[in-house]
Amino acid sequence: MSDIKLTVEVVSPEKRVWSGEATSVSARTVDGDIGILPNHIPLLGVLVPGVVTVHAADGSTPDFVMAGGFISVNHNRVSILGEEIAK
Amino acid sequence: MGAQLRIYRRRMRSVKATKKITRAMELISASRIVKAQQRVHASSPYSTELTNAVRAVALSSNTSHPLTSAAQDPKRAAVLVITADRGMAGAYSNAAIKEGDLLIASLKARGLQVDAFLVGRKAVNFYRFRDRPIKASWTGFSDNPTFENARAVSAALITSFLSDSATPEGVDELHIIFTRFKSMILQEPIADVLLPLGSAGASEVAGSTYEFEASAESVLNALLPRYVEARVFNAMLQSAASEHAARRRAMKSATDNADELIKSLTRLANAARQAEITQEISEIVGGADALASASAGSE
Repeated sequence: MSDIKLTVEVVSPEKRVWSGEATSVSARTVDGDIGILPNHIPLLGVLVPGVVTVHAADGSTPDFVMAGGFISVNHNRVSILGEEIAK
Repeated sequence: MGAQLRIYRRRMRSVKATKKITRAMELISASRIVKAQQRVHASSPYSTELTNAVRAVALSSNTSHPLTSAAQDPKRAAVLVITADRGMAGAYSNAAIKEGDLLIASLKARGLQVDAFLVGRKAVNFYRFRDRPIKASWTGFSDNPTFENARAVSAALITSFLSDSATPEGVDELHIIFTRFKSMILQEPIADVLLPLGSAGASEVAGSTYEFEASAESVLNALLPRYVEARVFNAMLQSAASEHAARRRAMKSATDNADELIKSLTRLANAARQAEITQEISEIVGGADALASASAGSE
């Protein structure tokens, strides 16, 4: 596995729900499920209601239930934005 | 007790009672500023990320979309003014309303018609008293806005923005007036353009071309309402923090003034009491003299 990590932020309008390093992120966009690995090309996607799973660098895999939102990837920075996010 | 002294004591009692109230309001505001500030900080990552995302799409897509391109011939503009529900906050609400008037004047100078969207009872009363038309207004949450409040306000703005501006329902531009919380002692009213998106800060994200899921246009369509909501919510939170800070300052100076007043009233009351005592003594002395001379005459 490469040592390049993703810097992930999961944010809702009222607070930062989660942030940290991760090896991969999987989410469901309007076009279907996508997985983000380090060095992914810049991406901006619309999420459909569903679960976003972060495979954190420390081995944990927090799940976030989203009522829609966005995912933005740029230079190994992944931002997951949602109006309502439940852990 | 003499009449004068009684009047001074009565005024002192009333000033002291008022001072207790203003002191309490000062302390309440002081404790709420911290919480309001934390909420501003907590909401800023979302707002920043969303703004970055919007800029990214606006730059890398060639599609013409209301979000990115200004109308050729703008006819109408919406102005959202955020003020307080309650007074007792010095010039806080008035400063925002004045900033709004400046903006409205400059929009009218460009030949635009202006629709007023108001948040806070102070703005509503101001407009109503002067018989100015109000397009929509919201009250009751200025000191502690929730995201739901921001969503309700944004929904009305977005509906206007997406409607045809030839009709009285539609607008071409969205402007917002809020009070930026710079620090505990410095807040300033700000006029900002929500939509269409300017080219400000465009260079930051330039250079990376994004891939869109599904298409640039669909991403834009989904982003537009979220972007407005996030900006409005952030503006409301900043305004709430500014409101508490302005109120704390106003109440602090009111408490200080009450202290001054009590001090000068105490001086006056002391003088009145002393004058009363002096008068009583001279009356007794005068009375005793009169008695003494009367009895001396009778012998």
